[in-house]
Amino acid sequence: MEPEQQLLSGWGRTAATRATVHAPDALAFVADRVDTPSPRGLIARGLGRSYGDAAQNAGGDVVLCTELDRVVELDVGKGLATVEAGVGLDALLRVLLPLGWMPAVVPGTSYVTVGGAIASDIHGKFRHGSFADYVDRLQLVSPGAGVQTLEPGAHADAFWATAGGMGLTGVITQATLRLQPVDTAQLVCDTERTADLDDCMARMRDGDHRYQYSVAWIDCLAGGGHLGRAVLSRGNHATFADLPPGARATAREYAPRTRLTFPAGVPSLINPLSVRVFNELWYRKAPRLRAGHVEGIKQFFFPLDGVRAWNRVYGPAGLVQYQFVVPYGQEAVVRYVLERLRAARAPSFLAVLKRFEHDSRALLGFPRSGWTLAVDVPAARRGLAPLLDDFDGRVAEAGGRVYLTKDARLRPEVLETMYPELARWREIRAHLDPRHVLRSDMDRRLDLTGRGRGQ
Amino acid sequence: MLVLGGTSDLARATCRAIVRERHARVVLAVRDPAGAAAIAEELRAAGASAVEIVTFDAIDFDSHDAFVETTFDRFGDIDLVLVAFGVLGDQTAAEHSSAAAREIAETNYTGVVSVSVPLVERLREQGHGTVVLLSSVAGERVRRANFVYGSSKAGADGYYQGLAAALAGSGIHVMIVRPGFVATKMTKGLPAAPLAAEPDDVAGAIVRGLRRGQEIVWVPSTLRYVMSALRHMPRAVFRRLPV
Repeated sequence: MEPEQQLLSGWGRTAATRATVHAPDALAFVADRVDTPSPRGLIARGLGRSYGDAAQNAGGDVVLCTELDRVVELDVGKGLATVEAGVGLDALLRVLLPLGWMPAVVPGTSYVTVGGAIASDIHGKFRHGSFADYVDRLQLVSPGAGVQTLEPGAHADAFWATAGGMGLTGVITQATLRLQPVDTAQLVCDTERTADLDDCMARMRDGDHRYQYSVAWIDCLAGGGHLGRAVLSRGNHATFADLPPGARATAREYAPRTRLTFPAGVPSLINPLSVRVFNELWYRKAPRLRAGHVEGIKQFFFPLDGVRAWNRVYGPAGLVQYQFVVPYGQEAVVRYVLERLRAARAPSFLAVLKRFEHDSRALLGFPRSGWTLAVDVPAARRGLAPLLDDFDGRVAEAGGRVYLTKDARLRPEVLETMYPELARWREIRAHLDPRHVLRSDMDRRLDLTGRGRGQ
Repeated sequence: MLVLGGTSDLARATCRAIVRERHARVVLAVRDPAGAAAIAEELRAAGASAVEIVTFDAIDFDSHDAFVETTFDRFGDIDLVLVAFGVLGDQTAAEHSSAAAREIAETNYTGVVSVSVPLVERLREQGHGTVVLLSSVAGERVRRANFVYGSSKAGADGYYQGLAAALAGSGIHVMIVRPGFVATKMTKGLPAAPLAAEPDDVAGAIVRGLRRGQEIVWVPSTLRYVMSALRHMPRAVFRRLPV
């Protein structure tokens, strides 16, 4: 396919920039691109679900990997899937679930590619590992080392610099995933409402061990005694025995459909009133306590995937998602952020609180043992920049970090505090890309690679 | 960000407002570098991560290509360019002196066009960025009282309207700012017009416009409707207005 000039932005739809987009459908074409980059370098891109500017490269090349979409090898005995990097989790789930397998870690949307999932070392409602922990092998095309197969043990440096490395070590073209066996495509869930933040955190701390997956949707506009009231939703994979006999024959079916597409060109529907109404309804519609109900994979993991392009609800100015993690013992930071957002009347559609009980092994990986909060805020909100800068300072001070995959506005000054392994990552990265061919708008903004801002 | 005409009161207020929010690195392009030192200091204190001063002469047209090249080569990608230079001139003098009229036209129109060509060229290469033109309501319907200035602003405003269309889909955003009467050193000694604004009002409107991705910003915003009415007013009536 001929390269094409395109305006690209992240899922937040802010700061679109133009790049020459190449869509290779075979490894050889990827290698060609990496060997003959434009003067402004190149970056890989998948389904564009990074919220900020991680997968765009103004004035340079973008290697769109979605046509690298083949399943290469499937070992249904051992539960190993070797796939090209552009395979989306949605497609993968459709193949794997009927066979009784699924990836160990899935995020909040099924519309991400395997390559992107590795480059962001994504996480989900599962607390004990992130995506790259279940990657046995990956194929990387880097300017410094050409086509390489990396294993986490044998090539620890390059592997863990690439996992979570925001695409800045090379183009990931293939990966072998270690899958988890599942009986069915359903989950047995418990849903409960919590009175406030302390109640929510206490229930998660005390009860999460009974569940494989856990997430709390926080009502950001509730204040005073109700600050942090939430709908806590937790679940485990359903076995055949958990389902009524009549439902067992179809228990592994997975063929979700997207029924609605959010129309383009609609002005922002997000304002303090609409958000208040939504949050109130969301909270009220949840049962005070409902135990043992069965939900499908999509309903449980990907509730927003039902509406295509839901990000348009924020209007043309787009949205910023702010996600951070702070270690256990720093709960005060979570409370502070919720209080300040509420005081600033920054309407957050949905705020999500989760826990990690592991540290990402990726050098720039996000997950760290502790609490992680994610909030969506309209990007055009007045006073948003200083507010989030203030949050950054407190998160960094608490030993926490902001998630780069969601980021579009962090300042470079706080990066090293949040990511203490940055210097080591840069060193390893420089071997894979000595001439600084791999570049993105995010790299230019944050100087991730340490080659000078704006270069 | 790069500011052409960095010592103007509007540029100064706009820079202050931007660095307060974003700790930006600012390059002030000015005719007289010595006169910009105080502004640089002020911007550093307001939160700019760095402030540099470079020499730029709006009517030395032949220097513009080299100016843009060296500035981009030295500072790397530029996210925001503020085209803020301009002169008000003396209307009476300009009506009778070709040299006086030319100074206004060359600075406000030819200068803007001349530097914008290489500027946009470089922005196209980098694939992103925003250009803000400080235009004026004076160009919207040119008036008897200041038509030399008004016509020069009309020219620059028109050029940027076309530029905005040409750059659609290029990753470069163009924003035209049309303030009414603003109390600055440029307008010192003139009687204030109705709907007058302060430099900080203009700065606030620019910051808001950037955040929302607006293409045209009126300051104050009500001027949009006032000027729309004036624009469609019959000539016979318009001439009698005390504007």
